[in-house]
Amino acid sequence: MKVLVPVKRVIDYNVKARVKADQTGIELANVKMSMNPFDEISVEEALRLREAGIAEEVVAVSIGEQKCQETIRTALAMGADRGIHVLHDGETEPLAVAKILRALAEKEEPKVIILGKQAIDDDCNQTGQMLAALLGWGQATFISRLEIAGDTVSATREVDGGLQNIELALPVILTTDLRLNEPRYASLPNIMKAKRKPIDQYTPEDLEVDPAPRLRVLRVVEPPGREAGVKVETVTELVDKLRNDAKVI
Amino acid sequence: MAVLIVAEHDNSELKPATLHAVTAGLAIGGGLELLVAGHDCAGVAEQAASVAGVGTVKLADAPEYANGLAENMARLLVQVAADYTHVLAPATTFGKDVMPRAAALLDTQQISDISEVVDADTFVRPIYAGNALATVQSSDAVKLITVRTTAFEAAETGSGSGTVTALGAAGDAGLSRYVGSELSSSERPELTSARVVISGGRGMQSGENFPLIEAVADRLGAAVGASRAAVDAGYVPNDYQVGQTGKVVAPELYIAVGISGAIQHLAGMKDSKVIVAINKDEEAPIFQVADYGLVADLFKAVPELEEELERQGYGT
Repeated sequence: MKVLVPVKRVIDYNVKARVKADQTGIELANVKMSMNPFDEISVEEALRLREAGIAEEVVAVSIGEQKCQETIRTALAMGADRGIHVLHDGETEPLAVAKILRALAEKEEPKVIILGKQAIDDDCNQTGQMLAALLGWGQATFISRLEIAGDTVSATREVDGGLQNIELALPVILTTDLRLNEPRYASLPNIMKAKRKPIDQYTPEDLEVDPAPRLRVLRVVEPPGREAGVKVETVTELVDKLRNDAKVI
Repeated sequence: MAVLIVAEHDNSELKPATLHAVTAGLAIGGGLELLVAGHDCAGVAEQAASVAGVGTVKLADAPEYANGLAENMARLLVQVAADYTHVLAPATTFGKDVMPRAAALLDTQQISDISEVVDADTFVRPIYAGNALATVQSSDAVKLITVRTTAFEAAETGSGSGTVTALGAAGDAGLSRYVGSELSSSERPELTSARVVISGGRGMQSGENFPLIEAVADRLGAAVGASRAAVDAGYVPNDYQVGQTGKVVAPELYIAVGISGAIQHLAGMKDSKVIVAINKDEEAPIFQVADYGLVADLFKAVPELEEELERQGYGT
């Protein structure tokens, strides 16, 4: 069984995003970029399926500029077997990404596709669900537990009030939540090995997908700032302020 | 214009998140209808019909909608979407699961987590953990939208006079099966609708120390939350998580205890009316957004806070 893992190159988790002066987007020149944190969890889960003998091959996919190959190399260094890069300069929206991934799924015929529940740049939380719809597969989103036995997938989803357990049959789309696993670090020998692993390249045109965005971004601005308030010295003073100044208790 | 709101409910109660989505729908204009899809949920449809501003409530009552599974819900939405210009759902785990699936089937690019309606085609949504606000315009024939509930007031209930009409079910997609739920049971208010929230971070050091802040919560009738760091460390379950990848809250009062104030946490609480930070590290970024900061050891300050509230008669 093959597992496909889409990985997105995004602004690093620890970098604060700055809005461009011309309000067209976020400043990404000379900013540290990394693999989307939820996608690291996806890669880890795919590797665990392979190590458990459930999956034979783990294929990492990334869509975007040439530098996305660095993100694919990160997945390969963690242990993925090979990569696919769909070269596209410019913005991509979840619907176009889902269409590209559908085309790849039809070529590669994976039984499981594991995606991060959301990317920390556009915060959309859409691609996995959209891909499931386009392929006509079942979906288990925001999962914190996964078991695959034969054709049966049992998953625990993180929902607003707690946890929800569902069962599905392969093939399936999974999207990962934080507590599913703790992603491994790539070891130095594995980083060296990753350099020799193959990465195939396509364009959206090769896959007959129009990647043009549907939404027009009119402007991107900074949210109104919050002024730092005052320091209080004691708990008594705090309660007094909350009660008599802010009047919130 | 015709707006459809997908109601979130548990087959007996309409969830408050729906009421915030209704307000966003009313801001778009035109007629507003509610879709209640569930099983044995006629009572929910009655509640929905009493929401101010609601015209018709469409009720799809069938076993395949009992647990809100996305595969079945999306099929139903595709069946009805052509009658509307906008389909909205709250940006809860339910809305986030269902709406993109329907959007892809309708070949429309969903607009996630809107915080403002500019006009019928144009919406504001936070991106990059709320560090930027994007204004986006859609030309899709049917717009699928999820709504950030904290950005819109709850619509009033009780005064509406909508009518309920039955809707044919779209059948079971047969792709997933609901097995069961383990829902957190708590006497405290729900995080996203609580008037006061008190959250603990890595500074709590262990889940065993959370009763310290729970005691304060009970004095103030507050909900208890946590930072991602506290969830990652296993102190509390994930449904406590406030932040970019957890819940977004905007209470009257937010008390952050032992939380440093990482970007991802601020994304989930910085629209709170009044923010209090208790942290022993005076350099912690949380103090930059706090209205009232107390630099102190939380293991001393939090019990003191509880005692002070007791002394002043809170929660008695």
